[in-house]
Amino acid sequence: MFTLRLIVATISPAIRDATRYMNIPYTRHSLDNGLDVLIHEDHGCPIVAVNVWYHVGSKNEKPGRTGFAHLFEHLMFEGSQHYDKGYFHPLQEAGALLNGSTNADRTNYWEVVPRNALELALWMESDRMGYLLPALTSAKFENQREVVLNERRQNYENRPYGFASMAIVAALYAPDHPYHWVTIGAADDIRAARLDDVRAFFQTYYRPRNASLALAGDVDTADALEMVARYFGDLEAGDEPPPVDVTPPPAIVAERRLLLEDRVELPRLYLSWHSPALFAADDAELDLVGEVLASGKTSRLYRTLVYEERIATEIAASQSSREIGGYFQIIATAAPGRTLAELQQRILRSLEAFVAGGPTTGEMERCLAQAEANFIYRLQTVGGFGGKSDQLNAYNVFVGDPGFFDRDLDRYRRVTPEAMQRAASEWLQPERCVSLSVIPKGRVELGLPGSQPVTVS
Amino acid sequence: MAVDRARLPSLGPDPLFRFPEIRRRTLANGLRVWTVEHHAVPLVSFLALLPVGASADPQDRPGLAAITSDMLDEGCGDLDALALHDTLGRIGAHLDSEIGSDATILTVSSLVRFADRATALLADMVIRPRLEALDFDRVRELRLNRLVQMRDMAPALADRAFAQLLYGNHPYGHLPIGTEESLRSMMLGDVRGFHGSMFAPSRMTIVAAGDATHEALGDFVEGAFGTWTALPTDDLADAASLPAPSPPRERVALLHRSAAAQSELRIGHIGAPRRTPDYHALLVLNMVLGGQFVSRINMNLRENKGYTYGARTSFDFRREPGPFVLYASVQSEVTVDAILEALGELHAIRGDRPVTPAELETGRAALTRGYPRNFETAEQISRGAAQLALYDLPDDYFSTFMPGVRAVDEAAVTRAATHHIDPSRLLTVIVGDRDKVRPGLPRLNLGAVADLSPT
Repeated sequence: MFTLRLIVATISPAIRDATRYMNIPYTRHSLDNGLDVLIHEDHGCPIVAVNVWYHVGSKNEKPGRTGFAHLFEHLMFEGSQHYDKGYFHPLQEAGALLNGSTNADRTNYWEVVPRNALELALWMESDRMGYLLPALTSAKFENQREVVLNERRQNYENRPYGFASMAIVAALYAPDHPYHWVTIGAADDIRAARLDDVRAFFQTYYRPRNASLALAGDVDTADALEMVARYFGDLEAGDEPPPVDVTPPPAIVAERRLLLEDRVELPRLYLSWHSPALFAADDAELDLVGEVLASGKTSRLYRTLVYEERIATEIAASQSSREIGGYFQIIATAAPGRTLAELQQRILRSLEAFVAGGPTTGEMERCLAQAEANFIYRLQTVGGFGGKSDQLNAYNVFVGDPGFFDRDLDRYRRVTPEAMQRAASEWLQPERCVSLSVIPKGRVELGLPGSQPVTVS
Repeated sequence: MAVDRARLPSLGPDPLFRFPEIRRRTLANGLRVWTVEHHAVPLVSFLALLPVGASADPQDRPGLAAITSDMLDEGCGDLDALALHDTLGRIGAHLDSEIGSDATILTVSSLVRFADRATALLADMVIRPRLEALDFDRVRELRLNRLVQMRDMAPALADRAFAQLLYGNHPYGHLPIGTEESLRSMMLGDVRGFHGSMFAPSRMTIVAAGDATHEALGDFVEGAFGTWTALPTDDLADAASLPAPSPPRERVALLHRSAAAQSELRIGHIGAPRRTPDYHALLVLNMVLGGQFVSRINMNLRENKGYTYGARTSFDFRREPGPFVLYASVQSEVTVDAILEALGELHAIRGDRPVTPAELETGRAALTRGYPRNFETAEQISRGAAQLALYDLPDDYFSTFMPGVRAVDEAAVTRAATHHIDPSRLLTVIVGDRDKVRPGLPRLNLGAVADLSPT
C-alpha cells in the first residue's frame, strides 16, 4: 500500500520560465467501453511507463468490511486466466519495474518497461482487467490474506506510532463516513473477507469504464493507441459503480483530545483539522501554510520548537487533500523531559501569530520557489508513483482533465499572503482541532491534560 | 486484428542504449570533476563524494563521520544555518546528505539558472562549515534523541545487532549514527579535527550532471572549488590491513521485544568486497535467491507460506567485504519455521537445487534489460557515476556491465553460491517476542542462543 499525495505545482515570481515545462503534450482517447487512454511521448530514455488507475479505494468499502480494496489489489498480482503463473515473472524477465498501491480514493498499478516490452505490459494489464476471476482460487486468496495481515503487522502494529493514523481518522469522521477507517483496514475485517466479496468487488469496480490508462515514454502515439485498442477494446464496459456518499463530515465544534499509549520512547502530538478537498478552494493555500509552518529549518515551527527552544525533536505540517475532504495535520515529537502540553501551547501560539500577521514576504518567496521547483523535479520520471504517467491519471480521474498541470500551477500562482492568512484562520481554529497524544506506556502525565484514552488494534 | 491470448507476445530485439558520456577533469588542487550532460528538464545536480564514511570513525568515536556530515549545513561561510536554508529555499534547491560505511555524499540539485549559487553553497558547506558549539550541541542532542527512539524500532535494532555481532570492533561493526555513549562523550573539537584532517580536494570527486554543457558544468564546479587548498592530514585507515573479525561465538542471537507482532530477522555472514571478480555472478545469484519479487526466498516465504509481507537478500558490496544479508519481518508464531525455510534456501542453491536455466535467464534478463532505466534522471546518473569514483571502477564500466552479466552461466552462479554463501557461518539475529520464539529455537539445531540485552 502506498498513499499518494498530489504534491502540487506552483511557480514563484522569480522563476518565470517554468510554465513552458508545465505543458505536457498528450493525447486522450476513450475506447467504446469507456476506458480512457492517455499517451505522452518522451524519448529521453528507451523506456515506457504503463499506469492504470481504477477509481476505487478504501472509501468504497463498508463498515465491517474494511481493508478490502487493498487486499484486492494484492490479488491482481496473482495471475489471470491466460497467464496464471503470477503477474511478476514475465515482466521482471523483460526488465520491468512494477508495483501497485491503494489509498482511500483510488488504486493504481504500474510498470516501467523497456520500449520493446510495451506490448507485453499491455497484454498483462488487459488480461487482469478482463479475466482475473477465472484464475482466482481460494488458495491464492488465503495466502494473500496472510501476506496482508503481515503487511499490517510490519507497517502498523510493530512500528512506533503505527496506530496513530487509525485513531485520528476514526475521530475525524463518523463511523459511516467513507474516511472513518485507514486503507489497510481492521485485522478482523481482513480475516472476515470472503472469496465471494472478491468476485463482486471485481465486477463492480474493475471495469474499463471505471479505469484510466496512461502511457508515458518512448512510444509512437498512433502505434501505441492501436495496440491499446487491440488489447483493451473488447473488454466489457461494466456498469456504473454505485456512488459514494460525499456528504461532508459534520464540523468539529468542540476540541477533542485523545490519548494513545504505545511502545514509544518519546511522546508525540498530532493536531488534526478538517480541511478542503483536493483542488477545492483553500486547498493550495493550506498547502503553502504547511510549508511555511514546518518545511525546512527556516520554517516557523522548526525554528521555534526544534532550533531555538529545543523542546521538540521533529516537526511536520501538511495539507492532505483527498476527493471528499481533506485534513490538515501538525505533528510534533517532544524532546526528552518535555510534555505535549508545552508543545501544543507553543504550536498554537505560532498559529495564532500566523493568523494575525500572515506570511512574510520572505516566507512567501521561499515557499513558492520551493513548491514550483518540486513540480519540475516531479517531471523527471515517466513512471512510478508520482511520475508523469501517474500524474496524467490523477488529473484525469480527479478533475477530468489530464493536462491540468498548468492550471494546477495557476492555483498556486494566485495564492496571496492574505488568502493564506484567511484560510488558516478559517480552518485551523483551536476549537475545531482533534488532538492525539501518543505517549509511552504508563506516562499519562506527558499527554495533553483531559485526553480520553482510545483503543486501537 | 484479434488478440492472441494463448501466448505472451515476444519482445523483439532489445533497444540500443547509449550510456551518457562522462568527461573528467582534475583541478590544480587535485579535485576530480566529472560532468554529464542531461537535458530533459532545466535542472542540475552537483554531487560531492568523499570516500570517507562511518568506517573511518576512530575506534572510540563511532558516529563521528556522520555527525560531521550533519554539521555541514548548520552554517557555513557567511551564513548561519537559518540563512543557509533560507537561501537554498529561495532558489528551490534540494539538499541531500548521506553517509554510508565507505563514503560521505552531499548533493545539491537546483534549477539550472541557479547553478552558480548552488555550487557556491555546496562549496561553503564542504570547505567552510562553521562548526560552532551551539549548533553542535543541538545536532548531537537530536542524534541522541534519534538513538533513544531507535529502541522501539525493530528493523534498526536488528541491523545494529547484526553488524555488531558480525564485525565486532572492525570499522563495519557499528551503524553510522554511532552509540549513545560515544555521542555523549563527543566534543566539538572532534568534529573540527575530523573535518580538518579528512576533507580535502585531493580526496574528493564532484559529479555535475544536468541541463548544461560539459564545459559549463565543469566551470561551475571549478569556480566554486578551485581555490580550495586543504591538504589531508590523516591517512585513511586501510581496513584491509586489519585482522578479519572473528566469527561470532553463537550462531543465533535473540533480542527480546515483548508482545512484538512480528520477528525481525537478519540472516547472513560477511560477504565479498566490491572488487571481487565474482561481482556479476553474485548479482545474478542474488536475483535468483532474494533480489527480486520472483526470487526463491520471497516466493517461498511470502507467496507460498504467507509468513511475511516480503523477504529479500543482498550482497552489500563495499570497499572491504560487506555483509551478505537476508532480511525479513515475519509473524511471531512462525518465526522458527520461517528461519528454517530461509536457511533451507540458502543451503539448497549451493548444490541440492542449483540455479535452473530458466532462473538464470530471468535473473540475467532482469538485470540487463532493466539497466537503462537507471539512467533516466540527472540524479540517478550522478549516483551511478559516484560508484565508479568510489570504487575505482574503469571509465567504460557502464558499457561493460550488461556483457558482464550476460557472460554469467549456471556454473558460475553455483560456483559463486558455493564460494560466497557458507551455511556453517550463517548468523541469525531475531528481534522478537522471546516467549513466542524461544521454545522453538532448538529446532534450528544451531546450538546455544545468545540473549542480547537492549542498549
